[in-house]
Amino acid sequence: MANNTMSFEVFRYRPEQEDEPTFQQYDVPYNSDWVVLDALNHIKDEIDGTLSFRWSCRMGVCGSCGMMVNGVPKLTCAAFLKDYYPNTIRVEPLAGFPVERDLVIVMDDFINKLKAIKPWIIRNQGEERAIEEGEYRQSPAELAQFKQYSMCINCMLCYAACPVYAKEQDFLGPAAIALAQRYNMDSRDQGRDQRQELVAAEKGVWECTFVGECSVVCPKHVDPAGAIQRGKAASTVDWYKELLLPRRGGTK
Amino acid sequence: MADLLKHDVVIVGGGGAGLRAAIAIAEESPEMDVAIVSKIYPMRSHTVAAEGGAAAVIKGNDSLEDHCDDTVGGSDWLADQDAVELFVNEAPGEMTRMEHWGCPWSRDPDGSVAVRPFGGMKIERTWFAADKTGFHMLHTLYQTSLKFDRITWYDEWFATRLLIDGGRCQGLTAIELRSGQLRAIAAKAVAICAGGAGRIFPFTTNGAVKTGDGMVMAYRAGVGLKDMEFIQYHPTGLPGTGILITEGARGEGGILVNKDGQRYLQDYDLGKPLDVNDPNHPVKKSMELGPRDRLSQAFIQEQGKGGTIETPYGHVVYLDIRHLGEKKIDKKIPFVRELSKNYAGIDPVDELIPVRPVVHYMMGGIDTDIHGTTVLPGLYAAGETACVSINGANRLGSNSLTELLVFGARAGRNAAAFAKNQGSHCTTIEKQADDEERRIADNFLDKDGGTERIAALRREMNETMEAGAGIYRTEESLKKTCEKLSELRERFADIKIEDKSRTFNTELLSAMELDNMLTIARAIAHSALERKESRGSHQRTDFPDRNDDDYLKHSIVCYEDGAHRIEYKNVVITRWPPKERVYGR
Repeated sequence: MANNTMSFEVFRYRPEQEDEPTFQQYDVPYNSDWVVLDALNHIKDEIDGTLSFRWSCRMGVCGSCGMMVNGVPKLTCAAFLKDYYPNTIRVEPLAGFPVERDLVIVMDDFINKLKAIKPWIIRNQGEERAIEEGEYRQSPAELAQFKQYSMCINCMLCYAACPVYAKEQDFLGPAAIALAQRYNMDSRDQGRDQRQELVAAEKGVWECTFVGECSVVCPKHVDPAGAIQRGKAASTVDWYKELLLPRRGGTK
Repeated sequence: MADLLKHDVVIVGGGGAGLRAAIAIAEESPEMDVAIVSKIYPMRSHTVAAEGGAAAVIKGNDSLEDHCDDTVGGSDWLADQDAVELFVNEAPGEMTRMEHWGCPWSRDPDGSVAVRPFGGMKIERTWFAADKTGFHMLHTLYQTSLKFDRITWYDEWFATRLLIDGGRCQGLTAIELRSGQLRAIAAKAVAICAGGAGRIFPFTTNGAVKTGDGMVMAYRAGVGLKDMEFIQYHPTGLPGTGILITEGARGEGGILVNKDGQRYLQDYDLGKPLDVNDPNHPVKKSMELGPRDRLSQAFIQEQGKGGTIETPYGHVVYLDIRHLGEKKIDKKIPFVRELSKNYAGIDPVDELIPVRPVVHYMMGGIDTDIHGTTVLPGLYAAGETACVSINGANRLGSNSLTELLVFGARAGRNAAAFAKNQGSHCTTIEKQADDEERRIADNFLDKDGGTERIAALRREMNETMEAGAGIYRTEESLKKTCEKLSELRERFADIKIEDKSRTFNTELLSAMELDNMLTIARAIAHSALERKESRGSHQRTDFPDRNDDDYLKHSIVCYEDGAHRIEYKNVVITRWPPKERVYGR
């Protein structure tokens, strides 16, 4: 096995040197314990120091190393060579994002969307809890309401898989909507109305055509597609409530 | 150089400590303008990888006194006791604040925050969010920080140097990775919260980003590094990758066995094992719930006796959690199962997890007091980068996440208070920034030739650190390591940089990180050579006993004109006089 190699086709783009991206081929020793990220590090350390990519924890929790592996969005620290051997592996930057260089994408849009959905606990004025009052009580069942949506590592694989985001960059997108739901469903939060402006808007949940690819590629089983569906259901309820019930603050 | 950027306070590092510092400033001093300079997007910071939990007294059966006592004993009496008391007192408030910010803590049936036992703890006091506590804390902090418009983000900016004028810290330089430009940022105060340097060692739980950059910035600016000889090996890392298997697995009842299935820790003065079905198992401060230093040392002893199992990735013992059952494993430690399946190819519901000691944490760091203040006016530090010290010669598991909060907030608050008392920004620092730009060009980007590969030097550094400055050390091993590090430093001058482009140049970044690691490695090895005793994680086989007469002291390694010297400073002892460190009896 020691002499076996695997062939990698790696997306290269250095804006100072070239106008168009190219693919570069590297032969990497095959090791059945290795993940794609190990192969990329082997290339960088031993073959070509100019290849750029992001990574850190190499245990599937920091969310840095998402790339397209043979056309599928993957965490490269969790994509094992043995699942591809002996075929060639093609590595590209995450689809749907501008490329900064090589395998590094521009993630400004995602960061702006994160901030936009107000991903923090919002309390009504005067209902903030003082530290001296201790923790909020939250039953295990209440925790279970949002726990799944809190598992998102911001790896953006779901955006790379989303056919809507590929065409419509204004779409809030799976991870941001799931994060809004995470706070909306937290028993400690009172900020749903503030988030709904964005989540229930045209570029929010209603843009989604429910292809469900986001949940398929999610490495942490967050199920953003489920979050979006729940968001649609909830905003429909809102609509009926507004239609049928007196407006809040109304005098009837 | 592009225009000088200006902020009241600049924080280096966007992990747990840096974010907590920024929020403290934004909440409590909203007139202040604060910036975070981070070489990665903040949610990638290594706080994310912490698993088991964070300690704070909250339950009725626990007491502040016990948390202090456990921490001081865990530190082998090298922690400053005034700092420990302050830390323990402020911990519950900080953790409650995290709860109010939305951290998804695991709960008891009555809805209160649940706690679990950790090593070296008399009473269970570790708050946890299943076994992704660091991940949830980091994301909670990051998301909470997004609500403050007064925070400016310099994401993927690599800080390279502190700018000093008139005897105080007045800013820093950083490379914006996207453009490759070096920028100068003027600040009235700077707080370094940039993590440790576990990547100096070959086998570590630490992510790639942990290269000691913040420590080196302070060190080169004349601030001493304290207690650098104390390196924590976590007893349970997966072989090959070094991926952490949380102490929470043992807190929930997991046991460690040797090749014969024996609970070998009983042979190393850690107590007598109770049956796993005994209602009193696991016994706190005993056996598998001993402190990390003692468990890692027991592994090496057991290896010497032939009790470990040889694998292609070195010797291992087994962590057995099968008796917990699938339901409890999935509820309490699901990440342990996920990691074991993915990276060890076994399912711990039915199989044993191979584990070995792995470099995890640096007790030492930038010398600060309880306010996060350093000897350089205007410079503050907190988190693993800093050494207050509450951790002394061995940190107790689950104290570090809480430390990020307590001392992150303090450092931020005090940096803001200092900044308020300063006049306008210093603009003469731009000349130093030009010098820094020239240094980076001359040493790296514009340098022709070079024959030494970054990865090769890094590997040799890793090997000599493990061989000479690992779990057990001697004068001979440390001297050899010091010599090797000097050789590597010389060879580093001939480093080869193939990548000359400015845009997101990760080869330049790797070279500068290696530069930093070589500096920290030398500080560690020399501090270890000078400490002629054994205490906590620093074990000298040529000086096997603790020596309070000569070494109940912090070491401070200082850098001057390219050379270093070591000084000592007394440990603060208040209510816990040094005594024998006892576990399991």
